Amino acid sequence: MPLLEIGLMHYLILAAAVFSCGVFVMSTKRNAIGILIGIELVLNAVNINFVAFDRYQVVGGCDGQISAVFVIVIAAAEAAVAVAICMNLYKNLNTIDVDRGDSLHG
Amino acid sequence: MVSKGRTKLNRLLPTCLSLVLPAVLMCGGITMAQGTTPDAMGSGVPHFDGVQKSVSGGIVEAILFYIFGGTVLAAAIGVCVSKRVVRMATWLFGTLGGVAVLYFLLGANYLGVIQLIVYAGGTLILLVFGVMLTSKSPWVRFECPRGEMVVASVVSILLFASLTTVLVTAEWPAQSQSADGVRIAEFGKELLTTYLVPFEVASVMLLVVMIAAAYLARQDRDDSEGAN
Repeated sequence: MPLLEIGLMHYLILAAAVFSCGVFVMSTKRNAIGILIGIELVLNAVNINFVAFDRYQVVGGCDGQISAVFVIVIAAAEAAVAVAICMNLYKNLNTIDVDRGDSLHG
Repeated sequence: MVSKGRTKLNRLLPTCLSLVLPAVLMCGGITMAQGTTPDAMGSGVPHFDGVQKSVSGGIVEAILFYIFGGTVLAAAIGVCVSKRVVRMATWLFGTLGGVAVLYFLLGANYLGVIQLIVYAGGTLILLVFGVMLTSKSPWVRFECPRGEMVVASVVSILLFASLTTVLVTAEWPAQSQSADGVRIAEFGKELLTTYLVPFEVASVMLLVVMIAAAYLARQDRDDSEGAN
């Protein structure tokens, strides 16, 4: 892997690092909004992969970019609904600590 | 003394980031925009005469990649280590901006702009509003047990190591770099012909989500208030 000639591999490894950071954030934060931020990191890592594959023509056409656009749309929708759910959680439990939301725990 | 210095650093870093990043982003955007000439919209003829190769290949692309890839990675690690949600959101802004510049580097100009508008302008603001509406003080913090922290970091590092191993050892098909990425006209045509059904489904989904979010976040509910 040459250091000064940027190729597909550089982007893939960067995306893998960001993905791992996102997984770490999702698993360590107790705050519901913090978990949401981790999800955004993971989705961005996936998007980097899509666009890099598109650029380096592993798949043909512009399929990668269109997939990335759909990922962005889904991410925005997911964030809107998740923030609304967090507000409901806060209204009912007075906290957004996800460990406290165990009303359905058997 | 040490903790005081650390607090100062904590306060300084996001401020620097939020001041420097927009300027850098603008520079990056202008550089990328100069590389793409607005040629023959909608002619449908692929244009591969190498005019747009101003940043592809060579040392400039490498330097830009390392600067902005480093920004993305550093901001992602900042999200991991910061304890307060507002700080996390600030670091997330660094990641999102850096990813937008990486899109410009990859020739996906439209996606870069969309990333800035939707993510940095919409989703991040939404998250910050969520933080403000769901905490009594903006610096809400929930401690994670140290054991879980260790397990989580081991798992993440293992995940990264295994992903990297797989990526490096995998056999990729022959890569041919397209000259200028995908032009926006071609992109839009593709979106409204081949991908028409997902496009329409996405628009209906956005409507549903808009109604659902407005319903869920309503201030006082008349009928279901007594449930809890």
